[in-house]
Amino acid sequence: MKISKSPWVLHYDGSSCNGCDIEVLATMTPLYDVERFGIINTGNPKHADILLLTGGINAQTAPVVRQLYNQMPDPKVVIACGICSCDGGIFKECYNILGGSDKVVPVDVYVPGCAVRPEALIDGVVKALAILEEKRVKVKESMKQGYCTVDYSKIAVRMKAEDYDPATQYDAVLTEEALREQAEAKIAQTAKPAPKPAAPAAAANPAPAATATAAPKKDEGGNA
Amino acid sequence: MTAIIIKVVLYILLAPIIGGLMEGIDRVVSARMQRRQGPPLLQPFYDVYKLLAKQTTVVNSIQVLFVIAYTIFTIFTGALFFAGGDMLLVFFALSMSEVMMVLAAYSTNGPYSALGANRELLQMMCYEPMILLVAIGFYEANGSFMVNDLVQAANPAICKIPGMLIGFLFILTIKFRKSPFDMSTSHHAHQEMVKGLTSDISGTNLAFYEIAEWYDEVLMMGIVAMFFIYKNPISIVWALIACVIFYLMETLIDNVFPRVKYMAMLVSSWVVILVTAGTNLLILSVIGK
Repeated sequence: MKISKSPWVLHYDGSSCNGCDIEVLATMTPLYDVERFGIINTGNPKHADILLLTGGINAQTAPVVRQLYNQMPDPKVVIACGICSCDGGIFKECYNILGGSDKVVPVDVYVPGCAVRPEALIDGVVKALAILEEKRVKVKESMKQGYCTVDYSKIAVRMKAEDYDPATQYDAVLTEEALREQAEAKIAQTAKPAPKPAAPAAAANPAPAATATAAPKKDEGGNA
Repeated sequence: MTAIIIKVVLYILLAPIIGGLMEGIDRVVSARMQRRQGPPLLQPFYDVYKLLAKQTTVVNSIQVLFVIAYTIFTIFTGALFFAGGDMLLVFFALSMSEVMMVLAAYSTNGPYSALGANRELLQMMCYEPMILLVAIGFYEANGSFMVNDLVQAANPAICKIPGMLIGFLFILTIKFRKSPFDMSTSHHAHQEMVKGLTSDISGTNLAFYEIAEWYDEVLMMGIVAMFFIYKNPISIVWALIACVIFYLMETLIDNVFPRVKYMAMLVSSWVVILVTAGTNLLILSVIGK
């Protein structure tokens, strides 16, 4: 059985003109009826598998998109639907538009069009399902390597007041790689003091993680 | 004793299959009512399989305990019922399982979850009196609280307590989270407060919740069947037919009615309970003497 038989979609309007949003909703109507693929348009990021973004991203919606992405459990895919969401479209030169969705979160499938046709959108979602299946295999592998699939990093009660910085809390994008780095750093921290020769290696380990991605490091500090 | 164990094991194994199929039929039939093709019949099973394969995000670690307790209590309730136990005990255990779910939602501290939990408590306020009255009604009709004795009654309970059945069908809409009364959480995707009760429950925990809902549906249909079953074995067929009709009726109601405000639910359910079940009980106690 494949998990791609029941993809639940979360739809978010970045700063779209609503043209694409109407088309997204059109796919739910009896004419296109995406529920026949088991697709449900859920409003909850914690239940969603596919993040469907419409419209270019502006300064106000960027933190929201990041937060939605971070709240979705793995495996997850992101679809940019409409040309605005792909690279900014006709709003690209606007002073407040950062660009396409890929400026903020990693996008897996680009569906162009202005507005995007429902047929193209369904096609894009079906493409995304194959990627979802690939990511599922990846998650399975990391499970085998000993990473816990239960993500306790979002436990609210362990956050302290000083951990909470409204200015930066949504800056990090918790991609699988970033989460893996965090997990490795945590394992390195909690590991028993290694014998002397291994000590420089353990010390060197967090340093590349810190330099490679500045954003996850902040979050890591918050949760520690 | 072995008979009881066999019944319980059969219930634990078969109920999720029947419950999942019931939900699949419900989704297909609703789709056809809206002139859509609809999902495959096995869609609920695909959903649960996917949820089990997903990563689980936990907001508060006690949430896991409550969700699992909800599942276990629901299974326990159903097992008690299908093993032929005490009706009163069944209903008290049922309340316990509901309370576990409410606690799970409250423990997350999420605004939508808390709102869903509040509404779930309101829903419990609406259907708990009826559920208790059903147990009393069975006692008045056939003189026992034990399911084993009730299914061996001389006459079907529906002859003496038809009002109870009407009241129970009314609250069944609340229990199945169907449309006029799907306030706390809905089996539909969209709602004004995201997903209400289950907003902060994801992955494996949500799968447990879904499975518990299947058990719960089977239990509820079992109680409906109790109204028709008596010592004549052919009555089981009638009970099954009645269950199918009433379940499809719930699907129709779900598709026809819009969601109501909590006050409308509270007033209408209590009025219906008082008029149908209350009057029924009154008449029964007067005639019985």
